[in-house]
Amino acid sequence: MTAPPAPPAAEDAALALRAFALWPAGFGGLWLRGPGPARDALVERLGSAVRLRRMPAHIDSERLHGGIDLASSLAAGRSVARTGFLDEARGSVVVAPLAERITPALAGSVAQALDQAEPAARFGLVLLDDAAERDEAPPPSLTERLAFACDLGEASPAGFTQADLPEPITSPAEIPACSAEGLEALAMVSLALGVDSGRALRFAALTAGASAHLAGRKVVNESDLAVAARLVLAPRATRLPPPPPDSEEAPPPPPPPPPPEGEPDNPGDENREDSGTPDPDQLIEAAAAAIPPGLLEAIAAGRTRRGSGSGGGARHLSPLRGRPLAARQGLPRGGARLALIDTLRAAVPWQALRREPGVTRSGLRIMKDDVRVRRYEARSASVTIFAVDASGSAAFARLAEAKGAVELLLAQAYVKRTEVALVAFRGSEAQLLLPPTRSLTRARRALTELPGGGGTPLASGLSLVCTLGTGLLRRGYTPLLVVLTDGRGNIALDGSTNRAAATEDAAKAARAIAAARLSGVVIDISPRPRPEAAAIAAAMQARYLPLPQASAKTLSKVIGALT
Amino acid sequence: MNRFPFSAIVAQDEMKQALLLAAVDPAIGGVMVFGDRGTGKSTAARALAAILPPITAVEGCRFGCAPQDAGTCPDPCTSKRTAKRAVPFVDLPLGATEDRVIGALDLERALRSGEKRFEPGLLAKAHRGFLYIDEINLLEDHLVDLLLDVAASGENLVEREGLSVRHKAKFVLIGSGNPEEGELRPQLLDRFGLSVEVRTPQTLDARVEIMRRCASHERDAAAFCEEWAPADAKIVRRIARGRARLPEVETPDEVLYDASRLCMACRADGLRGELTLMRAARALAALEGAKTVQRKHVIAVAPMALRHRLRRDVLDETGSTTRIERAVVEVFG
Repeated sequence: MTAPPAPPAAEDAALALRAFALWPAGFGGLWLRGPGPARDALVERLGSAVRLRRMPAHIDSERLHGGIDLASSLAAGRSVARTGFLDEARGSVVVAPLAERITPALAGSVAQALDQAEPAARFGLVLLDDAAERDEAPPPSLTERLAFACDLGEASPAGFTQADLPEPITSPAEIPACSAEGLEALAMVSLALGVDSGRALRFAALTAGASAHLAGRKVVNESDLAVAARLVLAPRATRLPPPPPDSEEAPPPPPPPPPPEGEPDNPGDENREDSGTPDPDQLIEAAAAAIPPGLLEAIAAGRTRRGSGSGGGARHLSPLRGRPLAARQGLPRGGARLALIDTLRAAVPWQALRREPGVTRSGLRIMKDDVRVRRYEARSASVTIFAVDASGSAAFARLAEAKGAVELLLAQAYVKRTEVALVAFRGSEAQLLLPPTRSLTRARRALTELPGGGGTPLASGLSLVCTLGTGLLRRGYTPLLVVLTDGRGNIALDGSTNRAAATEDAAKAARAIAAARLSGVVIDISPRPRPEAAAIAAAMQARYLPLPQASAKTLSKVIGALT
Repeated sequence: MNRFPFSAIVAQDEMKQALLLAAVDPAIGGVMVFGDRGTGKSTAARALAAILPPITAVEGCRFGCAPQDAGTCPDPCTSKRTAKRAVPFVDLPLGATEDRVIGALDLERALRSGEKRFEPGLLAKAHRGFLYIDEINLLEDHLVDLLLDVAASGENLVEREGLSVRHKAKFVLIGSGNPEEGELRPQLLDRFGLSVEVRTPQTLDARVEIMRRCASHERDAAAFCEEWAPADAKIVRRIARGRARLPEVETPDEVLYDASRLCMACRADGLRGELTLMRAARALAALEGAKTVQRKHVIAVAPMALRHRLRRDVLDETGSTTRIERAVVEVFG
């Protein structure tokens, strides 16, 4: 699942809560976006029915997996084992606050625990996602394994404090099974919306059954299928369904583009008509209506793709690589390695004092305070952010050269360990076409879709780059901004066509970049360099390079020299 | 444990085939599975490990020594008795530290009694089984290097912290990842024997079947596994027969020429492509019960053996599978 999850209506969120409470291990969990009283109420209500455990985002791998507790072992003089958090959590529901900050490494371990074969060995997971920016989201390896995603930003808490939670089931067989027609209808919805995960299919069938069970029925009917389509399939949509062939009304806004690939099945197949019960067309329509607005926009703009997630996500600095520094006091956990020699050196002077009279014990007495770990100074990964002026004033050929440079840089990304992001500004505002990635596949696709022409919203472009850059800086990356422009903005930040205001806004945005201490370079791509671009560079405190004859190769060489 | 049975996985024939080939001849060198989440990658790998017949190992050996290797591990194991154990399946978590993977000094003993003892890591645990790494493209590069090195040499050599230890670590490496989320360096990719691309089936019937089987497995896992046990048993027999036949399969010269011509036609870099292509073709022949490797075997395994070794061209968007198919037509008509 990619984009932000669906905000189903508050009733749908309550329904998701009730279904999840029915069988936490079966449904995997809830992804709750938007902090607020509604979310607190939901978690509190859930806590009254099942055992909740909180998992801090900074939990280290020793605590997670358990093992020898070094501190207690040294104090006790014998090995003291400690159960890991993942084992302790079995059979309960784990609540993860600040889910958008979970590292891929932590997510990997938690995902493994969610994949246990025996449901009794698993736990339910509730992700509390406080992400404010679009490019932040919990790791996709976790969200993929949770059945439901709810946006609770504006919901009222009342619906949850009074939610009528069901008794948990004792055996999965209590949940009614879908009929063959029901499964077929869900499969059609999944095809129409471009939902390609087997897990989503499984969750959909299970949710339909749970919906029937919650309503006290033994048979899954059409309304249950609609619930499954809304709660499970709609938030995972990667495309809009083709309009039903016989529909006379206007299709839902915005007009659905044709599906990107050959659609093997026609949802309006005549053979279905007489089979009666579930009407796939209606289901698809219901599901399409439940696609959250944010996701809808993203799909309409062609920005979501199968599997495109938040990518590598935040990467914490490795305590294992880099230039070695002096050892420091501390326990070897979280991947830090024990500095054996330094530990012994710290312990030796105290041996005489620590020897208890009358007790003969071989070996050194080592206390927790003696233990030293190694430290390394790691260089953080760098991200090159390209901001490309794709307006009419920047020559069309320039755009092609910029695209070529980005591809060449990416082709070397695995050598230089850099990632690349791409912002384009044209028309009325700037767009993040490619979030930071090392993937050539994604970059190439974003680039082929980059159109040219229109006004020059330079200010919007610079401020987007600034937001992106500071976000990356905060997460431990080293961003480098590469702005390709002629410096002549004509669209102000508010979208109006006013050259004076546009110039003023652009200068302001450039100064903000300087204030954020983001390093960068402005490449003047106009055929005859003029002072505007140089002024922008000066305000950004960035290098200024007039490159009237820039070709893809020289561009990538220049940038390569800077990174 | 009633895992989802291997034979009950809907479609995904290429992935299943690649896993079977790797099971017949582990020397092929691992399988890289590309695809989205939720396409049954780890389910298939786990299921295969679960149906293979148990291995015999020296009783209590921490390194899983086979009876004929008794005493060759660093401990060394001394027991004269042997015991059956399930084929190891190690799921390497993304956050695993180097210590956990290759093994490390047993800290507790070192600090308490000053004894220098090696604590085996996940590589020792995976010996004679499978090592599965989800999202291998997000794993730290130095770990990937190390894993591929051990997978290729079949031996884990530890030289650190005053330890000098070597132990056998032969396993089938299975990696999975989504190319949309970052690529694997081409040098590393090249060292995987086979690579396959998986995608959830796009037909209605297959999707309905997926939901149906998942639901029945969920409702009564034991009964579901029982139902598929005969089909799984058949696969186990095929693998066993394939393994037994593999040493006898003959490779005629003209097939070797076929393989070389194919590699040249699709400009697969390096010799590893040809070697893997031949190994995989032999394994397929053994699996199908043929006495000699034939051209059809080479053609059948060409995409999975060569796909990830084609020279990457920034400007050529043609999928590698298509390029191989084109080369097959070009060479063999």
